[in-house]
Order: sequence, then structure tokens, then C-alpha cells
Amino acid sequence: MSRIQTTFEQLKTQKRKGLITFVMGGDPDFETSVEILNALPKAGADLIEIGMPFSDPVADGETIQKAGIRALKNGMTLKKILKMVKIFREDNQETPLILMGYSNPIHAYGEALFFQDAGQVGVDGVLIVDTPPEEGQDLIQCAHTNEIDLIRLATPTTDRQRMGKITQGASGFLYYVSIAGVTGTASADINHVRTHIEMLKTQTDLPIAIGFGIKTPEDAKEMSALSDAIIVGSALVQTIETTPRDKVVEILTVQIRALSRALG
Amino acid sequence: MIKNTNAKTSPDENGHFGAYGGRYVAETLMPLILEVEEHWTKAKNDPKFWAEFDVLAKDYIGRPSPLYLAKETTKDLGGAKVYFKRDELNHTGAHKINHCIGQILLAKQMGKKKIIAETGAGQHGVATATVCALFKMPCTVFMGAEDIERQKPNVFRMRLLGAEIISVTSGSGTLKDAMNEALRHWVAHVHDTYYLIGTVAGPHPYPEMVRDFQSVIGKEAKEQLMEKEGRLPDSLVACIGGGSNAMGLFHPFIENKEVTIYGVEAGGHGVDTDKHAASITGGSSGILHGMKSYFLQDKDGQIQEAHSISAGLDYPGIGPEHAWLHDHKRVNYVSVTDEEALEAFQYLSRMEGIIPALEPAHAFAHIMKLAPTLPKDHIMIMNLCGRGDKDIFTVAEKLGVEI
Repeated sequence: MSRIQTTFEQLKTQKRKGLITFVMGGDPDFETSVEILNALPKAGADLIEIGMPFSDPVADGETIQKAGIRALKNGMTLKKILKMVKIFREDNQETPLILMGYSNPIHAYGEALFFQDAGQVGVDGVLIVDTPPEEGQDLIQCAHTNEIDLIRLATPTTDRQRMGKITQGASGFLYYVSIAGVTGTASADINHVRTHIEMLKTQTDLPIAIGFGIKTPEDAKEMSALSDAIIVGSALVQTIETTPRDKVVEILTVQIRALSRALG
Repeated sequence: MIKNTNAKTSPDENGHFGAYGGRYVAETLMPLILEVEEHWTKAKNDPKFWAEFDVLAKDYIGRPSPLYLAKETTKDLGGAKVYFKRDELNHTGAHKINHCIGQILLAKQMGKKKIIAETGAGQHGVATATVCALFKMPCTVFMGAEDIERQKPNVFRMRLLGAEIISVTSGSGTLKDAMNEALRHWVAHVHDTYYLIGTVAGPHPYPEMVRDFQSVIGKEAKEQLMEKEGRLPDSLVACIGGGSNAMGLFHPFIENKEVTIYGVEAGGHGVDTDKHAASITGGSSGILHGMKSYFLQDKDGQIQEAHSISAGLDYPGIGPEHAWLHDHKRVNYVSVTDEEALEAFQYLSRMEGIIPALEPAHAFAHIMKLAPTLPKDHIMIMNLCGRGDKDIFTVAEKLGVEI
């Protein structure tokens, strides 16, 4: 069983909702970013998403855009992201790691080679924001050969028919984008999310994680009632942006503990 | 009336021109992109849609634009016979209005209430603001903060036409960032907003759709030359940023293999420097703004800044059909430096009494190199896709003149 599957099974047994934390790989620099990664599971992250920085992140709001720019300025590359994963895996064999980013850096690395290298260092899932199922057919094979889950997005604009297309070749979990918009902006309307998730559940057996616009423990609690896990990104990235480096792990830990507690 | 696309140069059902094109967008946009495609497929086969387009093309844009034999240039360069397709005489002063009319008709048909667009030099922004005024649709134009500074007259024009300008400061504050921001806005306003893309780029069906609206240029040129010379041209020349005016001229001639085609990219300070906008000559295969094509990027796949004296060519990518035509060696992609374009700009002003935009000045610089080497019975058509009024400040500054 994959790490992602195992984690969701455990959450189910423990009757708990999962906390997925997103941080940008290499933000603010390689060393600090590794420290942050190592601290996330202890703080209460059940799964971790690592952003792969890109110069033109069209699905991201200002907070995550700026994080990507900081990382790139400090020399972050896809190779270094994989190196980071390798370091993380030296001490942690349980927490699932999902890489999230855009098509072009992966295209430049070489899609097949990327999935091969990612599989080797212990990446569990890959989410490519700007590759919809229509363009992702070759990736399904690449991912599965290397025992990596291809995480797909469903959004408020996804209808029943479209869901069939999205879940084809998807595995791990389904990432539900709770608002039509970019990361870190508005909060979702809970009733809309509820209705929509109910529809999605009739179309897939994959666990569902809700992300975009979840900032506080209250948001986390509310959204977790509708899903198997919730994803917090911009709120954590904001903390990394505004906290001095020597304090960042400590403050982030407090923030994540509060989110984790809210999930019960 | 514009006939439908040529089967051999049409993309497949997912919008791929060979390995290029496609729909690389976030899932939130996919249903909308598919909706645009559905309506476009219906429209392009609907004679009533084209009849409406043709009326506006004739009475509002002023089509057909003349095909002009540049006698003085021909005599002075001493070689090939040079014709200009005068799309700079269109309403708003460039070819952009062609696809703006087409797309706003589509937006109306889709029942969309608001229009957004990106702009670099401001030509596409002005053309979009123009059709929005005509069709009474609120218009929001995303423009890089740096470009707003460089293109004040066009910014003012857009405001006069009733458009709202959003200054984009993210990234480098130029055209690619304006497009990023327009896409971000679109994701959050999918239900009522149509994104009027300004070139043969973006996700399918935009590259095909913009090309088909712009193909009016090549179709007219073909007929007009037939009337004047009774034959096809020997070569075509057009400048390329995203590639809309070039696709418009080239497309109706793609199957005429005897016609040699040149696409002229902006070489900036030279394609061997890091300051140019020649995506094919100096870039590599990549994915951005909804499409796979050629882009300026580093070895890690981070997109690099483009540079050109011409704001309209200052884009680090190129439409996917151009990428495909390059790989198939149907079009020869060459580049011209800022300096050569500046010289061509002045030459054309004095020789023909036509002040061209800096964009077609690039195409003309290639003519100046090529025409003298060709026989007198060789016929060239260049797309004079925009007039130079907007560029006089840039040119004056380069020439060290205060105005």
C-alpha cells in the first residue's frame, strides 16, 4: 500500500481528518526549507505538499507567487527539490510527500526522467496544476511505473460529466479547489462546497481533500466536516514570509498545532 | 466571406499542432475553455456569423485593406518587387481589430457580459476597448506597469474608450505578466467573463480562432495580387511576436508550396545575447499560457524576460502553429535586431511616406536585406500590420531627439 493510502486508512481508523500542509520548496532558502519540512510532521501535518517554484504561477495568488520568487532567487531548482525530499526521507518514512507545481519545469527536466527520479527519492504524489487530464495521458504511465500517485483537481466548475474525465488515471486523493480563483484569496461558501462535494462523492471513491482559502483553525474545522482532509498553504507561507528565520520553525509549529487540534 | 480552415493545417481535436498547442490550463478553466471551443466550432461553420463579421470588417474596420506596390522601395533596393498589405490603415491602426471583432461576436453569442484582455504595446488593448465600446461591454485590460509607463498614448486611448486598466506589477511587469494576471482574473470570474486573447497563443481554440479571424489578411492579399499580377507571390514576410499578423498573412498560402515564407522575430540586441524576443531562433520547447510551444527559458524551465525595442514583439513565446511550421520547415524564421528595425523604420518613412509601427519595421528590415539579392520578377508581400504613431516617442528617444 502506498504511503498516501496508508495515511488515509489510518485517519479513517482513528476517525480523524487529515491536515495537509503546503510549503514552497526552497522558501526562503534551501536550509531553512529543509528544517521546516522536518518540523511539519511533528507539528501535526499528516501529509505534506511541496511547491515546485515556477516563474509564472498563473494559479497562485500573491503570497505563493512571492514565495516562488524568493525560492528561485535563492537558486531553487527541481533537482534541489528532489534532493530535499531525499534528505527528508532519511528520517521520515511515513509522511506522504506530494510535489505540486507547473508543467514547464517538469517538461524542461524531462517528464519520464522526473517521475523516475521523484520515485527513487521517495515522492508519493505529483500534482501538476496546468496539466488537465486531456494533456496528461502520458504522465499517467510515467507516474504509475514509478508508483507515484497523480493527484488531480476538481473545482467549483467541475460537473458530473467532467468528473469522469478527471478521475480517469487519478489516484491517491482528489484535491478539491473550494473557490473559483487563485490560492490564498477568498474563503469558500460552505453550502456550495457541501453540495458540490456530495456530487463528487457519487463519482469517486478517492479520499477528498479541500484546499484554497482555508486559513484559520475555524476554517479548517468547518471544511474538514465535508472531506477527508484539508489543505492549508498560503496562511503558512505568509508566516514564513513574515517571520525571522531563526523563529520560523517555532512559530510555524504553533500555527500548525492549532490547525491540527481543530481537526480533532 | 472567409472560408473554413484548411484541413491539413488545422489542429487535432485537442488543439495540437503536431507536438504543440493543446490546453494547458488549471482545471477551473477547463469547462470554460471547452465552452469557448464549442461555441467557436458552431460559429465557424455558421454563415450568419461570418456575414456579421464581414459587414463589420467592411464598414467598421475598413476592409479590404489595400495591397500597395512600393515602387520607390522596389526601385531603390533594386531587386524584388515589393508589395505591402496595408493593415496599418485599419480602424485603430493595426491588424488586431480583426480578431477583436471576431471574438467579441463570439463572446456575445456565448452570452458573456464582461471582456478582459492583456496588452503589451497597447494595440490589442486599444482594439479590445474599441470593440467593447461598440458592443457596450465593460472592458478590463491588464497591462504591465512598465508598459503603462512606455505606452502612455495608448493607455489614454483605452481610457477614452471606457476601458479600465489594471496595472500589473507581478513578475517583470510586462506582457507575459499581464497575461498571467488576466488568466488569474478569469479563473475567479469564469461565469460571466470572456477573455479576449490578443494573439495566436493561449489554450485551444484561441490559436486556431485568432488565426481564422486574421486570415482575412492573406485571403485578400491572394485575391488582390491575382488581380494585379495574375499569379501567386514568390515570398511572404511578416514580423512575429505571438504571431497573429503573420499567421493571418501566411495561412491562406501554406498549401502553396512554391511560396517561400519568412517570419521575422525580434532579435533585440542580438539573439546571441540575453536581450531578445526570438522564441524560435533563441528559445526551446516549453509550456506556458495554456500551450506547448517555443519559449525563452533557462535550463530549469523558468521563463525568461523578452526584450525588444518593439513592445508588441516583447513576448517570450510564440503561437503553437508557428512552432509546428518551424519544425516542418514550411516557414523560415529569421531575426532582426533593434538597430536594424530602427533603420528600417526611418527608411520606410522617407522612402514611401509611410511611418510603420516598430513591429512591421522588423519585417521590413528583412525585406531590405533580402530584396536586393532577388531577381526583378520576384514578387514579395510584406504585412504592414501597424502604423507608427504609437512609436514616435520610443524612436525619438533612441535617436536622441526630444519631442
